[in-house]
Amino acid sequence: MPIGKLLIANRGEIAVRINRAAKALGIATVQAVSAADRSMLAAKLADEVVEIGPPQASKSYLNRDAIIAAAKQSGADGVHPGYGFLSENADFAEAVESAGLTFVGPRPDTIRRMGDKARARAIAAAAGVPTVPGSEGRVTGIAEARDLARDIGFPLMIKAAAGGGGRGIRVIHSESELEQLIPQASGEALAAFGDGGLYLERFIARARHVEVQVLGDGADAIHLFERECSLQRRRQKVWEEAPAAVLDDATRARLCASAADLARATAYRGAGTLEYLYDETSGEFFFIEMNTRIQVEHPVTEMITGIDLVQEMLRIAAGEPLRLRQSDVRRRGHAIECRICAEDPARGFAPSPGQVTRLSLPEGDGIRFDTMLYEGYVVPPFYDSLLGKLIVWGETRAAARRRLEQALAAMRIDGIHTTIALHKALAVDTEVAALRFHTRWLETWLASNPVAAAAS
Amino acid sequence: MALKTVHAPLPGVFYRRPAPDQPPYKKEGDMIAVGDTIGLIEVMKTFTPVVAEEAGRVIKFVAENEEAIMAGQPLLEIDG
Repeated sequence: MPIGKLLIANRGEIAVRINRAAKALGIATVQAVSAADRSMLAAKLADEVVEIGPPQASKSYLNRDAIIAAAKQSGADGVHPGYGFLSENADFAEAVESAGLTFVGPRPDTIRRMGDKARARAIAAAAGVPTVPGSEGRVTGIAEARDLARDIGFPLMIKAAAGGGGRGIRVIHSESELEQLIPQASGEALAAFGDGGLYLERFIARARHVEVQVLGDGADAIHLFERECSLQRRRQKVWEEAPAAVLDDATRARLCASAADLARATAYRGAGTLEYLYDETSGEFFFIEMNTRIQVEHPVTEMITGIDLVQEMLRIAAGEPLRLRQSDVRRRGHAIECRICAEDPARGFAPSPGQVTRLSLPEGDGIRFDTMLYEGYVVPPFYDSLLGKLIVWGETRAAARRRLEQALAAMRIDGIHTTIALHKALAVDTEVAALRFHTRWLETWLASNPVAAAAS
Repeated sequence: MALKTVHAPLPGVFYRRPAPDQPPYKKEGDMIAVGDTIGLIEVMKTFTPVVAEEAGRVIKFVAENEEAIMAGQPLLEIDG
């Protein structure tokens, strides 16, 4: 059933983005806001505004009952969760549907199954999608470890079953090292975690993060090519590109086909992203997880395909079948996105909320800025630091980088600190230009290339 | 002995406990030494400790646990 009035259960730039897509389809919008967000841009753009709670996200944007009550009260018949907050909460999706409203996203059961990493991995493997080679469960004894290691290949990691967050991991380069370190690692795991259980997994030294955008209507699914998001700080993406220029055409075709296969295998409904690690040395890719929502970096895909992903999500949620066949999805050129955050790169990326006293934004062909900012806006301290995303497009990656450099030079946000200076440095970096990076590259680079305080 | 007010150094959400299931850093009546952690302020998902710059005894907390606060808002009063 078509959505007549949409409740936007999110804030910031993505709420602005969803509002724009809904309006383009003739859908009325209701913006849910916390008490701290009454003056945000999305609230000014929406047809109606409903307050859902105090500033703290736990009491507003994460408050399921308040959001559903707001939808009911305003007469909305659909809810778009955006990203973060409740977007991947299966119970919320279920509650929305139980209230007789349309949830703009996958079925609750799909969110639940793909949100469990072990289950998602098993589903991927069953669909023929490669996963990071490793032991299925715990390894008992040296003989078993040796046999498994022959299949997994070296280097591999010994991981403590009870470890986590990078603790209890050892990298092993040979069979003799494995035999020597298995008893030691088990003893250490027992002492550290009270559990000597170990498992093995392939170690990818210079992994790159690639991900594939998919769209499904619950029956069929297509891919919209891939993105590369290897430039990260503290596991947060900083800079994203489409396509992943490091892939050759044959690898790209296999990667993207695997994602569409997995989406079809789960009868996926809506927009989703399958994340992979890409081993540049061996040319192999491995599925790691699926995000069952729209992603922050979706605009780079829109820029190279010309497809509006948020509009497609709304159409699919309304029950329309996919409007595109795989052969209709073509890519052209290259797009780069920079996340502009309220953080001070010269002071360890310290958060920098406050009033934007002056705003100058770049404009022109191939330049897009998805943002929640306006001059005079006071960025509240309660939420994520993302202010906006600068997206540029060019016929080639080199052309996109040149345009990015010009766009960043024309951009000015006064009153608060931002990460513009970091992106200016990355835009002219020779390693970035030569695609010589991986998921841990940026943190090493930052240690030796401190970003100077921006002139203001 | 003089009454002093400790103000929030940053805007955000004020927490009196290191984690929801743990006791507060300081209670009314506790002694505070320079350098002691009094609470945390969450700013854009980043947690910054509120560290005592003066010593004294806690008279009362003005800001509640998990309260949304502005920079410069009074958090607690101490006698020192």
